[in-house]
Amino acid sequence: MTQKTVLNDAHRALGAKMVDFGGWDMPLNYGSQIEEHHAVRRDAGMFDVSHMTVVDLHGAKTRAFLRYLLANSIDKLKASGKALYSCMLNEQGGVIDDLIVYFLSEDFFRVVVNAATREKDLAWIEKQAGAFDVKVTERADLAMIAVQGPNARAKVQSLLSDATRAAAAKIGKFVATEGDDLFIARTGYTGEDGYEIIVPESAAVSLWARLKDVGVAPAGLGARDTLRLEAGMNLYGQDMDETITPWEAGLAWTVSLEPGRAFVGRGVLEKQRDDGIKRVLIGLVMDEKGVLRHGQRVVTPQGDGEILSGTFSPTLGKAIAFARVPAGATDGVQVDIRGKLVPVRVVKYPFVRDGQSQIETP
Amino acid sequence: MNEIPGDLKFMKSHEWARVEDNGTVTIGISDHAQGLLGDLVYVELPSVGDEVKAGNACAVVESVKAASDVYAPVSGEIVAVNAALADKPETINEDAYGEGWIFVVKPSNIAEESEELLDPDAYAAAIEAEEH
Repeated sequence: MTQKTVLNDAHRALGAKMVDFGGWDMPLNYGSQIEEHHAVRRDAGMFDVSHMTVVDLHGAKTRAFLRYLLANSIDKLKASGKALYSCMLNEQGGVIDDLIVYFLSEDFFRVVVNAATREKDLAWIEKQAGAFDVKVTERADLAMIAVQGPNARAKVQSLLSDATRAAAAKIGKFVATEGDDLFIARTGYTGEDGYEIIVPESAAVSLWARLKDVGVAPAGLGARDTLRLEAGMNLYGQDMDETITPWEAGLAWTVSLEPGRAFVGRGVLEKQRDDGIKRVLIGLVMDEKGVLRHGQRVVTPQGDGEILSGTFSPTLGKAIAFARVPAGATDGVQVDIRGKLVPVRVVKYPFVRDGQSQIETP
Repeated sequence: MNEIPGDLKFMKSHEWARVEDNGTVTIGISDHAQGLLGDLVYVELPSVGDEVKAGNACAVVESVKAASDVYAPVSGEIVAVNAALADKPETINEDAYGEGWIFVVKPSNIAEESEELLDPDAYAAAIEAEEH
């Protein structure tokens, strides 16, 4: 059965083109996904991300539990409100999901996981939590709206009470605060500044309407995908899955191998690092016309690989992609587009940051 | 679907064809098709002089979302292509039946092949059926 967020009627009233996304009926766009993309890069846009799963973890040993559950180190979170991006691995070092965890107090952490992986994530977390006596509570009563763009924070702040506005204005990147019955985190999936706001379902429709009134443009999943890929952010299921380790997904920066911390998958990660990583994730830009897409064959002197996420970048005006290829492939890379081999450049990503292209013109 | 010009014929795969006064056939994709594809970002055009066969793919339109073949509604020789689409593929989104035309064919067997094409009402009914 298709699930609907509390904002479903609001999307339809705005004329959204709806699609199924991981079992959820979600807006793909409200007309032009490229215009929505530019709205986020240049001003402010908002996404209904209520399909994502908020999980609260309670218990005295929650930090110890997360120390074991996550490939990144929860001990990087020292101040209340701080957030951490991490992968949750299986015993083989494969990625079960990527997530954000917020430290609220020693006996209360909040985790946000993907929608499409909800059931397996909850099952895995529950299974691991038992030994730590941690209580796992899915917060289906909460909706979530991401407001992103250079003017996003100011527009959100204009709707807050004085005290909450002051708190929201003060928080640094990757920090959350609470007020006005909202959980306001300075995080996102677009490469722009902004907030992700967790709001009780009962208040979500009115918050969405008030954001629209202050000029925040509704944006759909189409724009969300082009924005996150420009920002060099992985998409679970496309760029990594349970058969891929963080080393192979360009996520080495999220793995913390500090001495003495046992976590699920650590042994495999260490062995793979010592043996040498055979396939890696790279960024590609195509200067010729056309669009790179998931599944296209990538031809390199070191052997074939494939496009993971590929799209047309509205900011660059050309196609960009993540590809998984044999390690060492940097030059002479081509992509098979409908039987024609088209040269592409291997580039460092993010492709775009804070509205600006990071890619040199050839 | 009352915006479909009456002088057009359609394929079920959403191409339109219009017979011009000089006997050539101008071809594009329908407004419905551009709506399904979303923002177009690239059009791969055939070359002038190419021979095309009715029902065969001879151009590609790519949106952010997907690539889609454009099939020739009639056989013949390509006599013109809309080169302006190279820089402004979004013209198809804005004006699918006008400035967003894709190529022109000098037909070789139109009397027979046009029998296979749908008139605007039949095309409207076909896309209606597709949606349900």
